[in-house]
Amino acid sequence: MSALDDNAKEIAEDAGGEGVATSSPEINQKEQDNRSEGPIILFFILGLFASLILGWIIFPKLLYSKKKQPIDFNHVLHVAEVEDGCESCHFFREDGTYSGVPKLEQCIDCHEEIQGDSPDEIKFVEEYVSKGREVPWLIYSRQPDSVFFSHAAHVKVAGMDCVTCHGHIGESESLKIYEENRITGYSRDIWGKSIGGFKKNTWDRMKMDDCAECHRKNTAKIERAGVKTPTNRLIDHFIDVVYPGTSKFGKGSSVQTERDACFVCHK
Amino acid sequence: MKIDRRSFLSFLIGGAAGTTLSPLTWKLMDDSAIWTQMWPWTPVPADGEASYVNSACSLCSGGCGITVRKIDDRAVKIEGMKGHPVNNGGLCILGLSGLQLLYGPTRVRTPLKRVGQRGQGRWEKISWKDAISEVAETLGDLREKGHSHTVGFISGSDRGTVPRLFDRFLTVYGSPNLMRTSSIIDSYELTLHLMQGAQALPGFDFENADFILSFGSGILDGWGSPVRMFRANSTWCNTGGKVIQIEPRLSNTAAKSDKWIPVNPGTEAALALGIAHVIIKESLYHAEFINYYSEGFDDWKRFVLGEYGPDSVATITGIDSTTIIALARSFARASKPLAICGRGQGTTPGSLNECTAVHALNALVGNINKKGGIFAVAEPDYINWPEVEMDVRAAAGMQKDRLDGAGSKKYPFSRYLLNRLPQAINSGEKYPLKALFVAGANPLYTMSDSKAVKKAFDKVPFVVSFSSYMDETAQNADLILPNHTYLERYEDIPTPAGMPRPVIGLSRPVVEPQFNTKHTGDVIILLAKAMGGNIADAFAWNSYDECLKETLGYKWRVMVEKGFWSYPDFFVQTHEESFDTVSGKFEFAPKETGSLKQFKPVNIEGDKTNYPLLLIPYDSIRLANGVVGDPPFVMKSVEDTVLKGTDVFIELNPKTAGEHGLREGQLAMLSTPVGKARVKVHLFDGIMPGLVALPRGLGHTAFDDYLAGKGINFNELIGPVEDSVSGLDAAWGIRVKLAKA
Repeated sequence: MSALDDNAKEIAEDAGGEGVATSSPEINQKEQDNRSEGPIILFFILGLFASLILGWIIFPKLLYSKKKQPIDFNHVLHVAEVEDGCESCHFFREDGTYSGVPKLEQCIDCHEEIQGDSPDEIKFVEEYVSKGREVPWLIYSRQPDSVFFSHAAHVKVAGMDCVTCHGHIGESESLKIYEENRITGYSRDIWGKSIGGFKKNTWDRMKMDDCAECHRKNTAKIERAGVKTPTNRLIDHFIDVVYPGTSKFGKGSSVQTERDACFVCHK
Repeated sequence: MKIDRRSFLSFLIGGAAGTTLSPLTWKLMDDSAIWTQMWPWTPVPADGEASYVNSACSLCSGGCGITVRKIDDRAVKIEGMKGHPVNNGGLCILGLSGLQLLYGPTRVRTPLKRVGQRGQGRWEKISWKDAISEVAETLGDLREKGHSHTVGFISGSDRGTVPRLFDRFLTVYGSPNLMRTSSIIDSYELTLHLMQGAQALPGFDFENADFILSFGSGILDGWGSPVRMFRANSTWCNTGGKVIQIEPRLSNTAAKSDKWIPVNPGTEAALALGIAHVIIKESLYHAEFINYYSEGFDDWKRFVLGEYGPDSVATITGIDSTTIIALARSFARASKPLAICGRGQGTTPGSLNECTAVHALNALVGNINKKGGIFAVAEPDYINWPEVEMDVRAAAGMQKDRLDGAGSKKYPFSRYLLNRLPQAINSGEKYPLKALFVAGANPLYTMSDSKAVKKAFDKVPFVVSFSSYMDETAQNADLILPNHTYLERYEDIPTPAGMPRPVIGLSRPVVEPQFNTKHTGDVIILLAKAMGGNIADAFAWNSYDECLKETLGYKWRVMVEKGFWSYPDFFVQTHEESFDTVSGKFEFAPKETGSLKQFKPVNIEGDKTNYPLLLIPYDSIRLANGVVGDPPFVMKSVEDTVLKGTDVFIELNPKTAGEHGLREGQLAMLSTPVGKARVKVHLFDGIMPGLVALPRGLGHTAFDDYLAGKGINFNELIGPVEDSVSGLDAAWGIRVKLAKA
């Protein structure tokens, strides 16, 4: 008996170490199970849901501030008036650079006088045109300064359509609310409306992955055009990127472009 | 149900799991990475339409063509203009930093009128209309009283339409007192006048020369047209041209030359005559030129052979007689030798003695008005305005002697003697100056003996500055009528310093005037109109731009397109027709000056017992010391053996330092007969023992925080020394005492 007791004591000590003197191990175990299992799961679920709600619903609301454009703009109305579609106002300059959002200079031809009676039109002419002030448009597609992007390469050379990246903005009758990231100062449209980064259309997001996605899909087409693109080189010559100079196909340290490496797209 | 520690932990674990499944962390990581690129001090170039404007730089007399890159309405970069005859795409560090002068904090933004004491910095903004009528009133009063000659004008240049407008205004108003900032150009002009009878600028055909004998000229330190000199130096490197640099200190030019010959400072003229001695004695001179196209050679030969033998020159200059002989032989035997002078950047005229001696060397080897030689370049005659009609008052005023004594009996050959002005005002020997205008110059900083200059300015009751920047002179003015900067205005920039053929650059507005400034040309025209009568009649133009366009005539269109006008039909005169002296030949001993009078050495200030050492200035391309000071970018490039914090370093030979018990970096007190300064010691083997060298271009009290209050202004330590023939400032240094501070 004494040997058995001793044995039991050892087991108890191994299991918990405490309370050996007061109760037997069997009772102890049962009590513990009764006390904890329900609340533990409940609290786990509570924590899980709270953080999911925080992350998916509250966080985006906190992260973005909502701003209205200085004046509203009707793309439909203007597209109907011009001949060359988007490029009538969002044109390429003579040196091949892209003009982006139009300056007052382009608007002034028609808007020197107030056209119609919309309050935005009156505001535009009075506040900006007659005072010669540029409209401080909030640009949905503005990329961080570290990004180098050439419209000419994509539109002129690759023949891409504006819609592929910018969506159907040309068919909008008014400008949507500009959501500004409080940390970075850039528009929500870069990361995409979906905070989880899910996208249905090519124009839903404008991050590097989206560049890569398109470049990956069009590798064959791009190479046929004789254009070196960073992403397809990255895919094809992964070894050269990780271990520069080891592969016999490698062409120096900057495999992606054979010249400036990351600095083709990143400033 | 009991909430305990385990429930809490469970909540946290659930929370952690949920957070992992939510985008929060990933999004925050991405955003913080982008945030690091958004720091407000990270410069982000603006995006917009790029364009280029061709213009001309006028920050020094180099006259480089510039191409300014703009993004929309903002100038973002200044580049050298490709294809320009002066700089062909190159640009110096000061020219590159010009945008900091345009957009920097030192601009005078509107006309200002002094309210407090002079120099106190208390100003009141006034309108252009009020400012101009105030000047017109003051000038009208003076003229009414018959004091028109008491109005003085200090200009940075006397060439081009704007300085000519000043001249025209003063003439029709009735004052002879237009003065130009002095430089080596004064001495060269005088030399060309005396020896060749020419009213011309010196032009050097460096590109075709193959042996440059430089008497202290900072070929790579900003002498002449700096960018052209850099390019010429590269040409010599490629073609095997030689540069011999003669100066007491191992400057950048000396370090990059083929041979550096340290010389006792101030004895360069003796060396030039010593070289002439050897050339004459060994009959190495250009016999044809000497025999057919020169006059007075025999007299000069006697003088040189008599007094400047290699041994006596060796004693004077501290250079071996064998070196002198070898130097003379290689100079005379080179196919296209060229001797030049003007210490450092050539901002001081130096002695006429020196300039004529060096010029005589060029004549000896017959390279006057010849490929690879020195040319007398007459000013292009594109400014042909109708003569002014002077009334009685103007005529009476113009009859008066100039206050600076130029053209007087004592100094009949000099045109401007700005260096004599402070003394003339302070002594009051002639007549007081009652109003002084300053344009394109900063005399309170650039003139030697700053204290005396300040005292003279204080005696002038009405000082008007046309400066675009709050410089030392503007700070001490009564009225500032700010000009547009060179990047905001039209102006013709005639022949750059040292160019062997005439070129007119066109400064064009690159951007709209940023502030409420006005073109000085326009101010003069408005002022003339406000004064009425003959004065208004002499200025028939409605604006300066109209005046310039009309003056340039058919050249205007080409200049707007190309950025400059070069004279395609400019040809080199033959020796028969190039000398307009009495004899019609090159004169070695000009009769006008009383034969050999100009070959007299210059003694500098200070006695040897009290001031045992010699203080000399040195110039650097990294230190602007003219009308503008260093912009911040250039200031950044100054080495910490020149300036550390606010302390300037003197250069001292370790031997001299040892004698004075001074170590590297130690503080010392410099005293000259003119002033005192606390400096730090930098030991330098490249300077001759017994000398102390101090950089020019520091010690500003004006401009921005990057420049003001740093180092010592060399001009506070030195006074002018009059050359006995020209009256120009011939000082090359001053005696100095050095003690531990």
